[in-house]
Amino acid sequence: MPDSSATHAPGAPPIVLALGEAPRFAPGTPVRILTRQPIGHYRVPIYLRGKQGVVEKVIEPAAVDNEEEAYGRNAGKRRHYYRLSVAMTALWPQYAGSPKDRLHVEVFDNWLEEAQA
Amino acid sequence: MSTAHSHDHDHDHDDHSHGHKHPHRPCAPDLRPPSYYELMEIAISELLAERGLIEPDEIRRQIEVLDSRTPAQGARIVARAWVDPAFKARLLANGRTGCEEMGISFYDDTELIVVENTDAVHNLIVCTLCSCYPRAVLGLPPDWYKLKPYRARAVKEPRALLAEFGTRIPDDMEIHVHDSTSIVRFMVLPQRPAGTDGLDETQLAALVTRDAMIGVVTVAPPAPPAKA
Repeated sequence: MPDSSATHAPGAPPIVLALGEAPRFAPGTPVRILTRQPIGHYRVPIYLRGKQGVVEKVIEPAAVDNEEEAYGRNAGKRRHYYRLSVAMTALWPQYAGSPKDRLHVEVFDNWLEEAQA
Repeated sequence: MSTAHSHDHDHDHDDHSHGHKHPHRPCAPDLRPPSYYELMEIAISELLAERGLIEPDEIRRQIEVLDSRTPAQGARIVARAWVDPAFKARLLANGRTGCEEMGISFYDDTELIVVENTDAVHNLIVCTLCSCYPRAVLGLPPDWYKLKPYRARAVKEPRALLAEFGTRIPDDMEIHVHDSTSIVRFMVLPQRPAGTDGLDETQLAALVTRDAMIGVVTVAPPAPPAKA
């Protein structure tokens, strides 16, 4: 789902979206949570870093960017926020339970990259 | 939170005689000195009030708001979902607007996802980072929900954790754990227990407990009537 894409009715002049306006990942897209250790405030549990899951849903509306908000800089800045589904066996090699057991978690756009299915 | 009552009187306490008048907390009835964090919380709320950034009454009012949100509110939502399939569909599509339909306001920017337990899936909610909880609907979380053993084990060994709550999940039933990280809150819609066909919505709501809406237990069937 590239940012420059535009959906439009047949015959209507195309609408160009602003950079970052459309979510980068559609439901069903395999994604990897980045392994980063920035200084500051962020909402990505350490146990998820480097793990792969699938986008389940785009949370609407886009959420206030809490990495900026933590420092009082939140005037209108929002980031796309995705609900992911991750297999427990992808998180914990020794996982005791059904291979279908899953973790559901929301992660901000700047912590995700597209992965291979 | 329950000790943080502001009240409006103007006087100086022995331990607090810095010579200006403003509303503040009553002296603690116990002799334990306030902790580091209690002192910091008092200092910050007094500074915010002194600078005119908040009115002291806003803190008191927000405590009242939170006290009005209890598991009984969540139970009302669950019972309605059990008896009204159209409401249940709306609630599962958007938990926040579903609750708002029932008069439960959201006083902040949080969203709510309601997750449904079925014969195939059992849901459990947690916040590994801190203590995110559907407070607008259920009120304050239990203390164990905020402690690290629950938070860590819920995402790593949910079956062993649930067994310690007395909840045994069959091997062929999936467990879905929902870890809250920022603006989304979760609430479990438990399964309606057997033997409740004759109960009305209010009677059904009385069966639903806080822990069932967190997902650490299921809803027990009603107790058989006591023998006369």
